[in-house]
Amino acid sequence: MTDNAKIAQPGNQLERRRGDRRKYARIHLSRATVSRDNRQTVGKVTVADPRIHCTDVNVFYGGKHALRNVTIDIGCQEIIAMIGPSGCGKSTFLRCLNRMNDTIECCRVTGSIMMDGQDINDKSIDVVPLRAKIGMVFQKPNPFPKSVYENIAFGPRIHGLAKNKVELDEIVVTSLKRTGLWEEVKDRLDQPGTSLSGGQQQRLCIARTIAVNPEVILMDEPCSALDPIATAKIEELMDQLCTDYSIVIVTHSMQQAARVSHRTAYFHLGDLIEVGTTEQIFTTPAHQLTEDYITGRFG
Amino acid sequence: MATRLEGHTFRRFDGELYRLNTEILQMADLVYDQVQMALESFQQQKLDIIRVITERESQVDAMEKSIDNTITEILAKRCPVARDLRAIMAFSKLVTDLERLGDEAAKIAHIATTLYNNEHSNPSNYLLRDITGIGKFACTLLKEAIETLDALDLERAEKLLNSHDNLDEEFQAGLRRLTTYVLEDARNVGHIINIVLVMKSLIRIGEHARNLAEYVVYMVSGEDIRHTEIEQT
Repeated sequence: MTDNAKIAQPGNQLERRRGDRRKYARIHLSRATVSRDNRQTVGKVTVADPRIHCTDVNVFYGGKHALRNVTIDIGCQEIIAMIGPSGCGKSTFLRCLNRMNDTIECCRVTGSIMMDGQDINDKSIDVVPLRAKIGMVFQKPNPFPKSVYENIAFGPRIHGLAKNKVELDEIVVTSLKRTGLWEEVKDRLDQPGTSLSGGQQQRLCIARTIAVNPEVILMDEPCSALDPIATAKIEELMDQLCTDYSIVIVTHSMQQAARVSHRTAYFHLGDLIEVGTTEQIFTTPAHQLTEDYITGRFG
Repeated sequence: MATRLEGHTFRRFDGELYRLNTEILQMADLVYDQVQMALESFQQQKLDIIRVITERESQVDAMEKSIDNTITEILAKRCPVARDLRAIMAFSKLVTDLERLGDEAAKIAHIATTLYNNEHSNPSNYLLRDITGIGKFACTLLKEAIETLDALDLERAEKLLNSHDNLDEEFQAGLRRLTTYVLEDARNVGHIINIVLVMKSLIRIGEHARNLAEYVVYMVSGEDIRHTEIEQT
């Protein structure tokens, strides 16, 4: 009898496992079940520590409704990527965050974009300090037609961030060091910024942005005009900068969004379709439109 | 609910995924055939089939390498994401299960050789009864798993995963019966050890079939349900 029990032991183990297995075959339906027609934002738009809080943002270019009811938080110390096809409203949204749309006459923005308890669309807000607080880097590097030194020093000087030349020098050196440009340009500070290579110019623009102590950096396709080496340097820089700043990046390169961002937002024809962690968006997107776009099914 | 792998704007990617899918299904068909032939060799004492199984074993291994190669190429060239990525990850994992299925078939064939190709008496039919029962069950499961893989159908995968309990029950019942035979006549013990080994291989075939269904679930829904029962223990 004892022998018999010993021989039957493997079976007993199976019996124990079988009892548990009944619970497991409850499979949820596919995540990508939200149909193409649904235009409600899918996913969690809020974050635990928001820096900017956007609610029902709408943008009109004359009669054209370019952005519809976008509600999303930009978190502290996060990199959030905005992706989507051309004309989907991602750049328009980015430009709302530091009122760059003010420069377009027919543009009208509604809804609230709250930062530090104030709506940045409030007419009483001065856009100059706002744009220092929310800096921007553009697609094409656009250094001022001045020396490398002056490119960085210009912002701190007009914002009164340095009391004297020593302090200004310090800001210039720190900014250049943070962007990894110092070693490359320390002997060429008096040469024109435009004499640098494309990648260096773009890093100079980022150095210029961080010289005025921003809290948020907006990047509109910052690497689309750069080679892979310069791109890698910018991406590495973003990774370092996000410990101090929130970064919002608009990019057409899905791989770049996947590489650098913590969260990803997908826009489609003026609607914010889906927001989620970058891991979730690129492995199990919930909305069919997101999945079709990121997997290259544009039909 | 099923998933589809085609529909890319860049059609060549469709072609590459289609080729990979076809290679996987061809390999699955081959191992299914191997398992069936191994069982046949056992039940009908056909030793010439065993030679065929052993020869085709290297074919299974070559297919595994070829599929791995295709997967590496796709990963390098296409950087797949979302459902494409899930499909490729699942294919890359399940190819190992397919290769092991081939190994189990070869193992059964090898045991058949030791059982029948010696001067001792062959095992009686009542000792082989459980192999026939469990074998049929395992083959049905494997066939269903391969069809589920072909269709990439979530409902079918779920159904298959629930049905697997019966195979374990059959195994336990068989084990109990064989224990009785050993107690009745200790001379059976040599045969019975081999028979239990074959039964164990068949159970593994069932487990691999279940794994295939789990990968289908992952591909279609993105849900990783592997090892769920262990986590809940």
